[in-house]
Amino acid sequence: MSQVTHLRAIQPASRTAKDIVFRTFMFAGIGIALGSLATLLVNVIVEGAPRLTLDLVQNMPSARPQRAGIQSAIFGSLWVVITTAVISLPTGIGAAIYLEEFARRDRWYNRLIELNVQNLAAVPSVVFGILGMAFIKRGPLGLGSTVLTAALVLSMLVLPTVVIVSREAIRAVPDSFRQGSLALGATKWETVRHQVLPNALPGILTGTILSVSRALGESAPLLMLGALTFISFNPTALDSQYTVLPIQIFSYISNAKQEFRPLAAASIVVLLVVLLALNAVAIFLRNKFQKRW
Amino acid sequence: MTSTAEFTLQPSSGARRRLGFERFVKAVLASMATVTVLASVLIVLALVRPAIDFFGDVSIADFFGGTNWKPLFKPAEFGVWSIFVGSLWVAALALTVAIPLGLGAAFFLSEYATPRVRSIVKPILEVLAGIPTVVFGFFALNFVNPNLVAKLWPVGDVGTYSVLAAGLVTGIMILPTVASLAEDAMVSVPDALRQGAYALGSNRREVSTSVVFPAALSGIVAAVVLAAARAIGETTIAVLAAGSKAQLSLNPGEEGQTMAGFIGFAGIGDQATGSVGYQSIFAVGALLFTVTMLLNIVSIRIVRRFREVYE
Repeated sequence: MSQVTHLRAIQPASRTAKDIVFRTFMFAGIGIALGSLATLLVNVIVEGAPRLTLDLVQNMPSARPQRAGIQSAIFGSLWVVITTAVISLPTGIGAAIYLEEFARRDRWYNRLIELNVQNLAAVPSVVFGILGMAFIKRGPLGLGSTVLTAALVLSMLVLPTVVIVSREAIRAVPDSFRQGSLALGATKWETVRHQVLPNALPGILTGTILSVSRALGESAPLLMLGALTFISFNPTALDSQYTVLPIQIFSYISNAKQEFRPLAAASIVVLLVVLLALNAVAIFLRNKFQKRW
Repeated sequence: MTSTAEFTLQPSSGARRRLGFERFVKAVLASMATVTVLASVLIVLALVRPAIDFFGDVSIADFFGGTNWKPLFKPAEFGVWSIFVGSLWVAALALTVAIPLGLGAAFFLSEYATPRVRSIVKPILEVLAGIPTVVFGFFALNFVNPNLVAKLWPVGDVGTYSVLAAGLVTGIMILPTVASLAEDAMVSVPDALRQGAYALGSNRREVSTSVVFPAALSGIVAAVVLAAARAIGETTIAVLAAGSKAQLSLNPGEEGQTMAGFIGFAGIGDQATGSVGYQSIFAVGALLFTVTMLLNIVSIRIVRRFREVYE
């Protein structure tokens, strides 16, 4: 009789051992990332819990930790972020429309703009602060430490991101929409205005909300603009002095008095809640209006 | 049938108006795109002039030759090496954390996770990516340094501030960047390559390390280089957790200052325009800008040069 051949998978011990090592390595990656986030949140919430009262948002910053709050920082953040959005969104979306719909790729200046957007997105934020300090706060514009100075600097900071995410949203609109519109005699701008933009809008909104929320959490460039001063009044105009949440938090953290730590932690909770809410809105918009062509 | 003279190939006045408006819109949009270039030009202009003034007062030999950095003291010293090495320390520590952990997370998300698990883990990583740096600074100063670094670091005494805490937390900050960019690179490796390897008897780990990893390498390296640039430029964590004492030290458990940290620290102090302290911000800023720009160019080059194009 012929011999029965057993086809058994050969699994050397070294192979199984390597599999285990690799799995451990992956789970360490995910585990430490998620674990750090959890630790950070728990630390901030536990430390800040005693100060998480209405007083926190109603009181003005103060040198006395018992009565200090963050009201002027909340209003300052609102002023600065809304002004930043008003400046950077039209400019960034316009630039994105130009690059996607009008610019000819074979022209050197268009490639330059593209490369430049890519590079600008990688410039450290503190360098934008140096630019703002030299040209906007002092120097040629000389606007001082005002809401407008902060908004201009943050606009330049988020502009590349706004351009990049808007371009992605515009690119996702299928070409057949454009061709149909052009075939019916619409001009390029009419096509963009009535076909491309309405369809790209949810994507643009989602991306831009996320980039503007970056401006809300930014602290380094504002340190350079003299925002780290004691402000106990809300801004009333673009040329008002201001403080913002991240800067107020920075000031409470770096204060020598240990009593300011819980206050800093509680303020961080407020900042994170606002940021998470913005993120949730962005994700909601994405899910509600997301289209598949 | 009679005459064709009424037909003309000239656009009607209405069409001409439409085309005029078209040109106007295009010009407006193009000018918006130009603004982005303007920002870069302004950055270079802002850095160059005061940096040149700085080197009028301080010799380049002192700047790159010395190891003591005390530009805001009297007598001032301008050896940039101590803060340059401080930045390298923070970046190296951050990458030591972020490269293995970020790649592990990327392999998991791209090759192992079920769609359900992925749809839960990815948004959580996005939340981590969205945490403001001032919050990470608080975490480093308030939790990591006293509870981990001070208790576990074997060399010397760890004070309130340490380069180690700043570096580790900066690593956590850039981890999602490495993970998500590396994952993008892995996901875009075509499935046919994986299936070929499975058909030859590879298991999932072998496919990940021997097929997906080399195929995605250009994207992974670019992700790491970009993350390194972010770590070097990180300011708020460095100011809050690394301390403000510039010193050249081999022990990361001590405090130290980074280039970005110095810029932030000096910026808070509101230096008088034209003073050497003010100009030193620009000299260090120019150096920092050059380093990150070089890293970014390297990353763009790597992607262009070594990208494997499939199909």
